[in-house]
Amino acid sequence: MYLDKFFILFFLMIAGCSEPWNNPYLTEKESSSINYSSFAERPKHLDPVSSYSENEARFISQIYEPLVQYHYLDRPYRLEALTATKLPEPTIVQEKSINYSIYKIRIKPGILYQPHPCFAKDSQGNFVYHDLTYNQISQIKTFSFFTLTGTRELTAYDYAFQIKRLAHPQKHSPISGLMSKHIVGLKELKEKLVATNQKGEIIDLKKFNIEGVKVLNDYEFEIKIYGKYPQFKYWLAMNFFAPIPWEAEAFFSQSGFKEKNFSLDWHPIGTGPYMLSENNPNRRMILKKNPNYDPTLRPLIEYNNYRIDANFDRAVDEAHFILEKEAIPEWSKFLQGYYDASGILSDSFDQVISINSRGDANLSADIEAKGINLVKAVKPSIAYMGFNMTDPIIGGYTQKQKFLRRAISIAINYEELLSIFANGRGLVAQGPIPPGIFGYVDGSYGVNEYVYYWTEKGPKRKSIEIAQELMSRAGYPKGIDALTGKRLTLFYDTVLGGPSGKAVLNWYRKQFKKLGIELIVRATDYNRFQEKIRKGTAQIFSWGWNADYPDPENFLFLLYGPNSKVETQGENAANYKNPEFDILFPKMMETPNGVNRQKIIDRMIELVREDSPWVWGYHPTTYTLYHKWMKGIVPNLMARNTLKYKTINQKERREYRTDANQPVLWPLVFVAFFILAVFFICLFRAKKGNFTSV
Amino acid sequence: MFNYLLKRILYAIPILIAVNIFTFFLFFVVNSPDDMARLHLGNKHVTQEAIDNWKFERGYNKPLLWASESEGIKKISETIFFENSLKLFLFEFGQSDSGRDISFDISKRMWPSLAIALPVLIVGVCLTLTIALFVAFFRATYIDSTGVLICVFMMSISGLFYIIGGQYLIGKMLKLVPISGYSEGISAIKFLVLPVVIGVISGLGNGTRWYRTIFLEEVNKDYVRTARSKGFKESRIMLSHVLRNALIPIMTGIVVVLPSLFLGSLITESFFGVPGLGSYTIEAIRAQDFAIVRSMVFLGSLLYILGLILTDISYTLVDPRVRLN
Repeated sequence: MYLDKFFILFFLMIAGCSEPWNNPYLTEKESSSINYSSFAERPKHLDPVSSYSENEARFISQIYEPLVQYHYLDRPYRLEALTATKLPEPTIVQEKSINYSIYKIRIKPGILYQPHPCFAKDSQGNFVYHDLTYNQISQIKTFSFFTLTGTRELTAYDYAFQIKRLAHPQKHSPISGLMSKHIVGLKELKEKLVATNQKGEIIDLKKFNIEGVKVLNDYEFEIKIYGKYPQFKYWLAMNFFAPIPWEAEAFFSQSGFKEKNFSLDWHPIGTGPYMLSENNPNRRMILKKNPNYDPTLRPLIEYNNYRIDANFDRAVDEAHFILEKEAIPEWSKFLQGYYDASGILSDSFDQVISINSRGDANLSADIEAKGINLVKAVKPSIAYMGFNMTDPIIGGYTQKQKFLRRAISIAINYEELLSIFANGRGLVAQGPIPPGIFGYVDGSYGVNEYVYYWTEKGPKRKSIEIAQELMSRAGYPKGIDALTGKRLTLFYDTVLGGPSGKAVLNWYRKQFKKLGIELIVRATDYNRFQEKIRKGTAQIFSWGWNADYPDPENFLFLLYGPNSKVETQGENAANYKNPEFDILFPKMMETPNGVNRQKIIDRMIELVREDSPWVWGYHPTTYTLYHKWMKGIVPNLMARNTLKYKTINQKERREYRTDANQPVLWPLVFVAFFILAVFFICLFRAKKGNFTSV
Repeated sequence: MFNYLLKRILYAIPILIAVNIFTFFLFFVVNSPDDMARLHLGNKHVTQEAIDNWKFERGYNKPLLWASESEGIKKISETIFFENSLKLFLFEFGQSDSGRDISFDISKRMWPSLAIALPVLIVGVCLTLTIALFVAFFRATYIDSTGVLICVFMMSISGLFYIIGGQYLIGKMLKLVPISGYSEGISAIKFLVLPVVIGVISGLGNGTRWYRTIFLEEVNKDYVRTARSKGFKESRIMLSHVLRNALIPIMTGIVVVLPSLFLGSLITESFFGVPGLGSYTIEAIRAQDFAIVRSMVFLGSLLYILGLILTDISYTLVDPRVRLN
């Protein structure tokens, strides 16, 4: 008799619940707006001296502030001063007939670091946590032990200190080798530090100086680099050149801290708009607003007549990054409104995107009805197929060898590859430089005439008959070597595997088969693959490059002879060498953006198109979905510090979540009745008795 | 019994050393220290100098197993294997190649794994025993044959299907619990419901069939026949006699997996976003982090040996005929 009352009470309770049952977060604070997003791979380094990956940059770029940043709205991408008073410009000086560039940089006064225990001082002005005893340290369980915090003003010394950290042998900065070639004295400092380290002595960077970095006063310093290297300004926008206070290094270098994971790698200290308040890379990372951040000391977000709402008071208060290793739950939670942004799950692509008669991708009506927005952007990167130019068959610079490579370039239909394997998410490349970067030419002037025709509808790939004709001219009519009478066999080295990889590889085989070429796939693990590229034993391979900075030099250097992988372990994986290209490259590097630079670039592009050391592949396109409550979204694939521009309409989000997540209970009732029915049937059967042995 | 246990523990030492050597050998056949350095330093702008420096810092600049240029005992002691792997016997796991303390990570990640594995085991065993007993009670009837058919059907379905299907049905369609995520303390319960329910259901078919077979073996034994002849009810026979005697193989099967519950499940943790130990080893293999791989393999083999020893002990507890000597 109580059962009916129980059910009535139960359903009344449920009806009274406005909070969705499946909400994975604690009840949201009314006063703070929180941006929820996911990450698939835990970050390895949060120290700006060693961090060099995309998944780490999305955290630390909100925390650290280099001297300059990318303008959020302006295209092509351009730099603007962030903590510097103006964009650093080099002065060329000559000493003992050697040219140097000197960057004199002034930073803005009044910028403060986030609150941090490394700055905490007692009433006598001594650091509270800098000289902890062994016993004190052994009692510390978590970082929250350090209840006292402090701050101080950002100075030029902090930037100089970080540059010295690039040479620290225990920090393993990935750009240490590269920067040693540019910053005067960095190489020598590195040698000294390595020697000190190998002796087992503790390295105190304050005791070491670097010739090429001079601090003039609290707000001014100079960086001296060898010769002309205009691209250096882009490096200044990267986190490698973010300021680090010496107090942080002194605090974290205390004995016993490392065993507790107390290090700059896990507890970043910056001047940026956000600070890391929870660091649990196995579950979630939380950024909170830095209370010491003063937006009036940072650039305004204005562009022509367009101005986004860049009021930092309205920017998100917190950003919660949740670890989601699998795409399916991440996608489901996005649709439930528990993530504010998401990529598109491949399996759901057709339900999310519809292609119109002009071939443009738009949101499907169902998704659009949910108030979801689509933001598309071509990544500043390239995925290409490389030919090893040292290989006697596919490499080389004779006309016949060029014909062979051009024929293959025509035969491999990247439009088809993008359509089949990437849902069309990519732009077929006409050369090494992606759109959005100076030097890229759009339209009929930018077409690669060795592979495409220009038509009214855009570039059209040349026919396979033309490719076969090129094969004949290369000495391989219908894929048969005219000298030996044997079928041409080429080898493709790859790390692709698994069912999806196999489909791609079969597709490649078919492309080569169009020319009568037999393609033998040599699948291997990543280590062996890299080894083959380093030693030059691979014949054909696929590779990619993501821009460090938006300058054509960062793509054309991939084809610069002195960067040959085999000879110098550089980034020229195809080992391409063209004397004219190699002469033009330094000129292109030093010439400022303008007509002259464009002419040089055009010539360089023409040379590489003619030689075809790569099949140019494609520039991937990102499709990102945002809920309607996310504001301030502008695709900018160079800037990572964009959280400060984002705002959230909490009311809209709350309404969406409540509407979309009302629990459905009738199936549970049905299952309960079913189980009860089975139970009673069995009970009835048992009462009848009659049990037999099996 | 003490002598027996001591002997088993001593046997474990060479087994653990052999496992260590085997792991070491397998890992370095695939990855050289140079490869590891390249992966950790990133793919861009890496110089040989940076690689050498990385190896020096982590002791990977030394010979792998035999330092032929050294003298005396140093031929063995000044090797990567000796300096890194043997410390494991003192439970000094050291630091991962990316600089995090491994003991700290293990101690943090083992609890979420346990928070799923333990309820799955307890609820799963209780439910499976109940159903198996129920099916055995109705042996040779259509309830039994239907039960076996359902069990075989459930066994045939992949574990991944249960997870994806469960997330879709309970989390996405019915919206009863969060699809994935984790929290600490009491608020973890709402995140654990789904993985525990799915874990229990996915193991139901297999467990029920196994336990049913054990029960049916017991049902025909003489003591059951004697009990029946005394006029006991079938339900009492099943619960007091059959269940009790069938518990011997069931318990030993459970005890052997107890220590490894800490190690978690890769797929479950991955899909539910649980920060457990299940994915720790796989992440380390992908990142070529030998320090974590060797620690986790060592821990896995140690717990497995511990499980076997506990099984032996449990035999003596549940079956008075068994003596450890």
